[in-house]
Amino acid sequence: MPRWLHPGAWWLWALGLATAASRTTNPLLLLLIVAVTGWVVSQRKSDAPWARSYAVFLRLALLVIGIRVLFSVVFGIATGTHVIFTLPQVPVPAWAAGVRVGGPVTVEQVLLAVYFGLGLAAIMICIGAANSLASPSRLLKSVPPALYEVGVAVVVAMTFAPQLVADVARVRSARRLRGRPDRGARALAGSVMPVLEGALERAVDLAAAMDSRGYGRTAGVPRRIRITSGALLLLGLLGMCLGVYGLLDVGTPGTLALPMLSAGAAAAVVGLLLAGRRGARTRYRPDPWALPEWLVIIAGVVPATVLIVVSVQDPFSLLGQSSPLAWPSLPLVPAAAILCGLLPGLVAPRPPGITAPQRVQALDDPRPKVGIGT
Amino acid sequence: MIRFEDVSVTYDGAAAPTLSHVDLHVPEGELVLVVGRTGSGKSTLLKCVNGLVPHFTGGLLSGRVVVAGRDTRTHPPRELADVVGVVPQDPMSGFVTDMVEDELAYGMESIGLAPPVMRRRVEETLDLLGLAELRDRPLLSLSAGQRQRVAIGSVLTTHPKVLILDEPTSALDPGAAEEVLAALQRLVYDLGVTVLMSEHRLERVVHTADRVIVVPGDGGPLRVGTPEQMMVDSPVAPPVVELGRLASWSPLPLSIRDARRAAGPLRERLATLSAPRPAPRPTATKYAFTATDVVVRYGPVTALNRLSLRAANGEVVALMGRNGAGKSTLLGALVGLLRPAAGSVRLGNVDPATLRGRDLVHHVGLVPQQPTDLLVADRVDSECAASDLDAGAAGGTTRDILERLAPGIRGRTHPRDLSEGQRLALALSVVLAAAPPVVLLDEPTRGLDYPSKRRLGKSLQQLASQGHCIVLATHDVELAAEVATRVVVIADGELVADGPAASIVVGSPMFAPQVAKVLSPLPWLTVTDVAAALAGAS
Repeated sequence: MPRWLHPGAWWLWALGLATAASRTTNPLLLLLIVAVTGWVVSQRKSDAPWARSYAVFLRLALLVIGIRVLFSVVFGIATGTHVIFTLPQVPVPAWAAGVRVGGPVTVEQVLLAVYFGLGLAAIMICIGAANSLASPSRLLKSVPPALYEVGVAVVVAMTFAPQLVADVARVRSARRLRGRPDRGARALAGSVMPVLEGALERAVDLAAAMDSRGYGRTAGVPRRIRITSGALLLLGLLGMCLGVYGLLDVGTPGTLALPMLSAGAAAAVVGLLLAGRRGARTRYRPDPWALPEWLVIIAGVVPATVLIVVSVQDPFSLLGQSSPLAWPSLPLVPAAAILCGLLPGLVAPRPPGITAPQRVQALDDPRPKVGIGT
Repeated sequence: MIRFEDVSVTYDGAAAPTLSHVDLHVPEGELVLVVGRTGSGKSTLLKCVNGLVPHFTGGLLSGRVVVAGRDTRTHPPRELADVVGVVPQDPMSGFVTDMVEDELAYGMESIGLAPPVMRRRVEETLDLLGLAELRDRPLLSLSAGQRQRVAIGSVLTTHPKVLILDEPTSALDPGAAEEVLAALQRLVYDLGVTVLMSEHRLERVVHTADRVIVVPGDGGPLRVGTPEQMMVDSPVAPPVVELGRLASWSPLPLSIRDARRAAGPLRERLATLSAPRPAPRPTATKYAFTATDVVVRYGPVTALNRLSLRAANGEVVALMGRNGAGKSTLLGALVGLLRPAAGSVRLGNVDPATLRGRDLVHHVGLVPQQPTDLLVADRVDSECAASDLDAGAAGGTTRDILERLAPGIRGRTHPRDLSEGQRLALALSVVLAAAPPVVLLDEPTRGLDYPSKRRLGKSLQQLASQGHCIVLATHDVELAAEVATRVVVIADGELVADGPAASIVVGSPMFAPQVAKVLSPLPWLTVTDVAAALAGAS
């Protein structure tokens, strides 16, 4: 039965892989992570507009690698001995000692830049995978009740953006009809006011409509609880930020990061639960959380955990080495852990609206001729 | 169900109250139509019912409004959301989510219904309004009629006892309007919902109403009664009623069916008179515009498919067809805003897409669907001055034209404060200041009441007689019958019919004006024609 997997599960899976990617600069492992996300996206993306964002993120990732290499070529310090070419060196004043512009460029140096760029690129691609697999508006639907108002604001903003684009086009054509310039800076300046006026008018209309439809009906909640919940939320989020930083930064001891993260998360959850009591609203067809969701999360948690553990115990094995020049080795345990990330491509339900790939059936096949996805 | 007790509303800064001393009682299960001139206070009356006036709009409300036992003084709109459902004039402006199903559930989520109840009601509403096929569709991809039905559905799911609709059919083509009205009638008959709606297109709705409230607009008392009583001397009346008044039928017929029954003698009499002769089509060798095999595509969608059309000076061409048929696209191509993927558009012998600035406005002018788009200034005076400058016309040109189209507009007024009709007149004056031979209008009658529409019709005929070529895209069959010398029907981007107004609209069940339906098979289209023929005979 096709259904949407809970968007939270997709995000946790993707963040797990991203965490794994942040722990290594080994190009083979990074490429493996990218391949894993690519395969899962190809298996489980829908035909919705947001599903196309994976390709956009891929391009962005290539751009990141390119910029990284460019900087290394122009400003980087040459390491190793295999010089590819030599850029004319720009002499820098004495006070800028340590900065180098131009000079010899080596293979080792460029490779190292590629590896580091690849690390960042892999993280971006993981985020892109989550973006293309999980519907943004469904994700917002599953935010905790306390954040409901914020969620609605974001949904409204998302629907406003395309309308704003349409407004700009309309105002531009109206300017042309008036016999005024419709291109260039002056035209742009002239169309700002009408577009803003239109947006404001629509915002007022929407506010009236939302009010008439019961937006903001609240159950009475004592002031003390409101303040407590707010404080808990704030502290919790702060703790989680510090914890995540510690977890991702190789230099911080893991003993500090994990307790910080869990304490922060606990405080935030309590705060959210308390704050959620003030809304009187319910939720239509919430996405269920069932076995596939758990499996998808596990598929993200395993690579993250394994790579964190390995990076603490044997940090050397996860580093991409470029000098001396050598073909990078593939550490087996991390690679196997990353391959766990493929699981969602098999266990996650297909999204509605796409059909299973047509099976080729032999003519004498007695089974009914029906695909999986129908 | 709805009770107004001595209600007066005065907006901030207004000299006179918009509504004064209104006493009104609407019992349960009635379909009540609110009619009146533009700016008479219809919308204010409707907004009072769920407390948007004064909680949202501001202003001073005295007296009290009680809906299903709740006083709007103590209940803001959100606390009335489970009793009153409001469908705004532009359904798109009231959508909160982006998918049909979520939109239907939104109101129920807000008032906190249990999930099983929500699920059941969404399914029921999908069936009730015929939306089941659209449940997974993004709202942006729906047609205007479908959007209107989703908007109605989205307020119905909370099972309101009262439904408020502001001009539910004004933006719809005749077919979609009928769908919406059929859905409304089912709500009234089967579910006992009380419906209060305002509408300018009386010809579409008046026969469905149980009662009519006439808002006089001068602060005088409201008049309430059955449609038959009210239509006898209402300041706004559909053509079928005008015809009834002319022939002094009693009781006054409201529907085509009743009118046809009463019209026997009139038909016999008219059969002896010579039918109005269609204005002779100008036998031009030179055309004001020529579109040849025009193809326009938006992405994968073909909006115009090898469409050819030409018109001479002095013609008034009405473009008709359902929402999304390609009418606006054709106007866009004629004015050079859209570049055809194939085929050619020529104004005389110029391609409008190559024209810029002043050159363009001297060749062709377009009054867009929202006339305010065209306006740039914050005062009517400065708007007129800017327009003279843009068009390179002598000072005062625009103001003179405006004075002819809509006399007596004060120069200090902000264009947004004008009535719909005045705003349209201002936009039309801006276009006419450059004296373009081709004048295009996109849906000019949206939100216009009958008197404003009549004035617009006269102005258009005058312009045509001065040699302008006029093309109007419209759903308004009555206007088309009144002013068009030629009707062109478009469907799916292709030209379906093209000919003199009389021969095209009389045969069509969708596009025939009321008078033609009543007097069919006689070729009379408008009350004016009938009156002239009768006057000539006696």
